[in-house]
Amino acid sequence: MLQVVCIKQVADTETRVKTGADGKTLDPNGVTWIMNPYDEFALEQALRVKEAAGAGEVVALSMGGAGVQTTLRNALAIGADRAIHLRLDGPQPDSLQVARALAAEIAPLNASIVWLGKQAVDDDQAQVGPMLAELIGAPCVTVVAKFELAGEKAMVEREIEGGREVVEVTLPAVFTADKGLNEPRYASLKGIMAAKKKPLEEKPAVPGDPNLEILSMQLPPPRAAGRIVGSGVEAVPELVRILREEAKVI
Amino acid sequence: MSILVFVEQRDGKLRSVTHEALSEAARLAPALGSPVVGICAAAADPGLASLGAYGANEVRLAANAAFARHDAAGYTAAVVAAAQELKPAAILFPASAIGRDLAPRVAARLGVGLAADCTALAAVGGKLHATRPVYAGKATQTIGFLKSPAMASLRPKVFAAMSPTGATATVVSQNFSYDAAASRARVTGLTAGEGGKLDLTEAEVIVSGGRGLKGPEHFNLIEDLAAALGGTVGASRAVVDAGWRPHGDQVGQTGKTVSPKLYVAIGISGAIQHLAGMSSSRCIVAINKDGEAPIFKVADFGIVGDAFEVVPALTAAVKKLNAHG
Repeated sequence: MLQVVCIKQVADTETRVKTGADGKTLDPNGVTWIMNPYDEFALEQALRVKEAAGAGEVVALSMGGAGVQTTLRNALAIGADRAIHLRLDGPQPDSLQVARALAAEIAPLNASIVWLGKQAVDDDQAQVGPMLAELIGAPCVTVVAKFELAGEKAMVEREIEGGREVVEVTLPAVFTADKGLNEPRYASLKGIMAAKKKPLEEKPAVPGDPNLEILSMQLPPPRAAGRIVGSGVEAVPELVRILREEAKVI
Repeated sequence: MSILVFVEQRDGKLRSVTHEALSEAARLAPALGSPVVGICAAAADPGLASLGAYGANEVRLAANAAFARHDAAGYTAAVVAAAQELKPAAILFPASAIGRDLAPRVAARLGVGLAADCTALAAVGGKLHATRPVYAGKATQTIGFLKSPAMASLRPKVFAAMSPTGATATVVSQNFSYDAAASRARVTGLTAGEGGKLDLTEAEVIVSGGRGLKGPEHFNLIEDLAAALGGTVGASRAVVDAGWRPHGDQVGQTGKTVSPKLYVAIGISGAIQHLAGMSSSRCIVAINKDGEAPIFKVADFGIVGDAFEVVPALTAAVKKLNAHG
């Protein structure tokens, strides 16, 4: 069984966001780049499916500039069998462009499962998975919190407001992983050594025309300095009075 | 040129996010396009004429027995058919679990861009501009659309629903083609959350606990205060990673971004990822032993103190207030 895991390289969640010189995008100076945290759950689940089957191949796929290869090597060190880097330099493409470039690469692979994180923690659009599924004509379940495979059928649960939907899916299919799906493993030293010998193929990305344009990026106005009402239990009556009479929230 | 709005129902009941999206469409209509047309995928009419009160001129019903449950492929077929027929200037969705699942499929089918989880929309020179948080709220971006229709999903609780008018909408049947039997993904059931717990993204009041609570067994303090305030329970990432609370409770960059009326952070020091997810709350209260904790920099009001003493006292005070009005 072939599984493809789509991985995005994103700014570390510790990043203090500053607007770049263009006034539209993140200032990349001093930013540490990591694998999108939700993609770690996607990769882990693909590895578990392969291990349970005792055979198969996990392909890590990522799009972006040369730096993306660091994240792909990390995916190989964690356990992916090979990696494909869709090379695209310049500004970040919109979600449909990404989905189109990924679909062009994935469609001919005849993968049984395509995995993605439920969203990237930079643009938070949560779109590429379902868009990709549409483009390759596959069913898709987003925000997967539980996954079980039985032959050609997957029984999955997806988070919805106040509960979970249970979905039965016939493969091939696309899934986007939520946190809580599993506990991702780290790259071992042995894995890191092995990754150096695993194939990482670079190809040009074909994203097509843009569909959106970013007009500006703004930082939220800083919140006004708060008020320490007091210390310990003695401060409770005053806090309750403030919440009721001043803030009018209780 | 119309504005098309996805009308969300669950179990045959219209959801309040629908009123929010329709009201926003009605506000945009004079500058962007009219009429405001709703499209609803359902097993039977959930009372669509009532949506006239929230600005819908017409609502289309795409009926299929399979739509008693969320059916992503079927809903996509219904919305795409309405879009191809009406050629709207814009299509709006609630950024709910269903809306965030559905809107990208429709966008891919129509070959247009989509702005997800927007917090503000504007018509500028007859074109839609969408503002949305990025980096879990550490920044916002404003997006323009290069293709038509413009598509956006609207974050729940951010867009105010209008005061309902006496108007009713015309309900018509939507032509579309979909074979549910051929679908390869089928919702077979629902698991209830913890006693039908209100989702964090829809809650007016959130009481969140962090590592300062020292163990999962102390979350009853958080639950009691949340119950007294009529709110729901959230958690910091540290607490979720330690397995004290389910991931659905996590507020922050790898959890939920929330904007309740009142956010109470208890025993949470305030890592940058957590602050990103909750700093758009209207009123933030922090209770923490460490007066230097970063949470106090974003909190409107704080008490420096031991959660094990302060929280029960606060819960008791709120209960007393509720009892006496």
